[in-house]
Amino acid sequence: MGAESASALHLLLTGDPALFAIVRLSIVVSLSATILAAVLGAPLGALVALTRFTGREVAIVALNAMMGLPPVMVGLVCYLALSRSGPLGAWGLLFTPKAMVIAQTILVTPIIAAITRQTVEDLWVEYREELAAMNVGPRRRVATLLWDGRFSLTTAFLAGYGRAAAEVGSIIIVGGNIEGFTRTITTAMALETSKGNLPLAIGLGVVLLLIVVSVSTLAWGIRRVGERFAG
Amino acid sequence: MNSAARIRARVVLLAVLTLYGAAAGAQADGRSIVVASTTSTQDSGLFEYLLPLFKQKTGITVKVVAQGTGQALETGRRGDADVVFVHAKAAELQFLAEGESLKRYPVMYNDFVLIGPKSDPAGIQGVKDIGQALRAIRDKRAPFVSRGDRSGTHLAELALWKACGIDIERARGSWYRSIGQGMGAALNFAAASNAYVLSDRATWIHFANKADLEIVVQGDRRLFNQYGVMLVNPAKHPNVRKAWGQAFIDYLISPEGQRAIANYKIDGQQLFYPDANDRGA
Amino acid sequence: MQGPSSDLPILFDCVDIRRGSALLLHKLSFTISAGPPTVLIGPNGAGKSTLLRAAMGLIAPTSGGITWGGRKAPSPTGRAIVFQRPVMLRRSCAGNLAYALAAAGAVGADRKSRLADLLRLVGLEAVADRPARQLSGGEQQRLALARALARNPKVLFLDEPTASLDPSATKTIEDLVRAVSERGVKVVMATHDLGEARRLAGEILLLHRGELIESRPVQKFFADPSTDAAKRFMVGELLL
Repeated sequence: MGAESASALHLLLTGDPALFAIVRLSIVVSLSATILAAVLGAPLGALVALTRFTGREVAIVALNAMMGLPPVMVGLVCYLALSRSGPLGAWGLLFTPKAMVIAQTILVTPIIAAITRQTVEDLWVEYREELAAMNVGPRRRVATLLWDGRFSLTTAFLAGYGRAAAEVGSIIIVGGNIEGFTRTITTAMALETSKGNLPLAIGLGVVLLLIVVSVSTLAWGIRRVGERFAG
Repeated sequence: MNSAARIRARVVLLAVLTLYGAAAGAQADGRSIVVASTTSTQDSGLFEYLLPLFKQKTGITVKVVAQGTGQALETGRRGDADVVFVHAKAAELQFLAEGESLKRYPVMYNDFVLIGPKSDPAGIQGVKDIGQALRAIRDKRAPFVSRGDRSGTHLAELALWKACGIDIERARGSWYRSIGQGMGAALNFAAASNAYVLSDRATWIHFANKADLEIVVQGDRRLFNQYGVMLVNPAKHPNVRKAWGQAFIDYLISPEGQRAIANYKIDGQQLFYPDANDRGA
Repeated sequence: MQGPSSDLPILFDCVDIRRGSALLLHKLSFTISAGPPTVLIGPNGAGKSTLLRAAMGLIAPTSGGITWGGRKAPSPTGRAIVFQRPVMLRRSCAGNLAYALAAAGAVGADRKSRLADLLRLVGLEAVADRPARQLSGGEQQRLALARALARNPKVLFLDEPTASLDPSATKTIEDLVRAVSERGVKVVMATHDLGEARRLAGEILLLHRGELIESRPVQKFFADPSTDAAKRFMVGELLL
């Protein structure tokens, strides 16, 4: 078992093109989805944190609940929407990486929005009077809260990326696990498992863990450097 | 702070666009078709062998979406695939009758084998008749794994129970495990619980986790598994890549393609037997 | 001393401020005019912080009215406040100050030079790059003062700025307040330290339970308090 798992790492180190393509696609899809989710989710979370509107409590509960959206369900809904027979069929996105990014963005946005909301709300309670005393307008206020909350928001980003990198349920449905086109580490693991290639599947899993740990370490490093300068 | 924030936003945007470009570039689409096929066909490794040959000959990239037979035909019905390539004749004829395709071409057959534990709880060592074997399993209530996913293999299994006079819906008990998953998962399950399972030969040979399992019954004519290929009807789904899809079908049934299929071997064993010329297939 | 767009005098006209069921300020009427510092004294919960926030314009009265230089709700650009426990932004010392300057509209080279001037004024040049949240209590108080001064205020409110500081840090703050007042900024300050009130005030306002008990020039107040409450406060017998 160790030999096959080691062979997965060996393939990675020697730049085996098939494995390389899988790894690159995994990173591209999950990272793109997380970035898009951050662009959509952070302002949404800040908005819910800072504005008073009817149904605000309901919105907060909904956001928190959607952090647990089942990936398979999201995949299925996206599949039905993007299928040629579906409303967005004309875009021809089914079985492409773009569809995978869309599905994962839907999964990750609530995570980032919910954590951003909590962070911004807590920070607002702390900063509110001081910002009012400095006569800070609404737009600058949001920017300040997001910037000063950057460490917690980094955690949100990492949580989102972890979710995207680890999931397989949605991307296997909308992507189709097509070799060379929509096969990622997780979908390849599912395939190898179903072929009985358990050691190779585990080897791939180790590669995935390495990637996730690297991203996490990078974020930690950025945070340490940032803390030194800003506190 | 504001200009810094703006710069940061631009960097992020640039990063996303680059990532995208990378992903898109990775698959300069060129000439490609989507073929909906079955998990057992994919698990057998046939596509990894055959598709590069096809691409070399025609320059057409074949993207295989491997699902269960039911799902593959459904994908064809939705117009999400150009060609469907499955092994469930009754379901394929139904597909034709619905007008989802205009013609069905037989391509090849492989066979199913009954896999079981070496400890032989049903006592069917050496049995050549699949009906006899299944009856023994039912009588002894020996553990049996069914794919339960309306796939070609599952439908074949159900047909076999019926053919030997067993109403499996009535006869099933806790010994009959229906797991609703693919061939590999079913084999994993059987390996882990020392159970009998019906598998296609190709997947079995390719399967890497055999544990204490072995082939128990093979060669019975009722175990043969016919494959057919169909072009999704372009009249119903204008986006279907008719010319390239037909080129793939033509390759499969051509003497060259049929020879390639026959030459696909694992451990020296031929897995698929080409029969495009057999009208009755 | 009263220009057309000045915030002074600040006039409280029978102001009530209620929060929930609590009456924080009651029938408060007085005037803050230009000149030497006005110092608010009184026991805990007397309403000093509430009064300062209302005079800054952060809280609206529940009844009665406040006017600044005769105007009802002018923009707060001429006023600034330092809270008792100032909140440091998660940036460096200089970053906090730059933020306040930017919020006040200073840009470019002007912002840079004023940043340097303010750091020098409050004596924080040495720790300019340190994260503000890691500064000592006294340093944070000085930074908060610098942030307030970044707004170039004509009126500066301070809420017990030396309450949690040691004597040497206290002296530093008091010297700064005195210097600012001498530059022509009207200082309105709350303190629980009678000695400090005596040192800095031109005029004393004594608050108790949300009401104004006495309002007199500092010398007269300490020499001869006119109310019974004032007398008891001075000997420390006027608690909540």
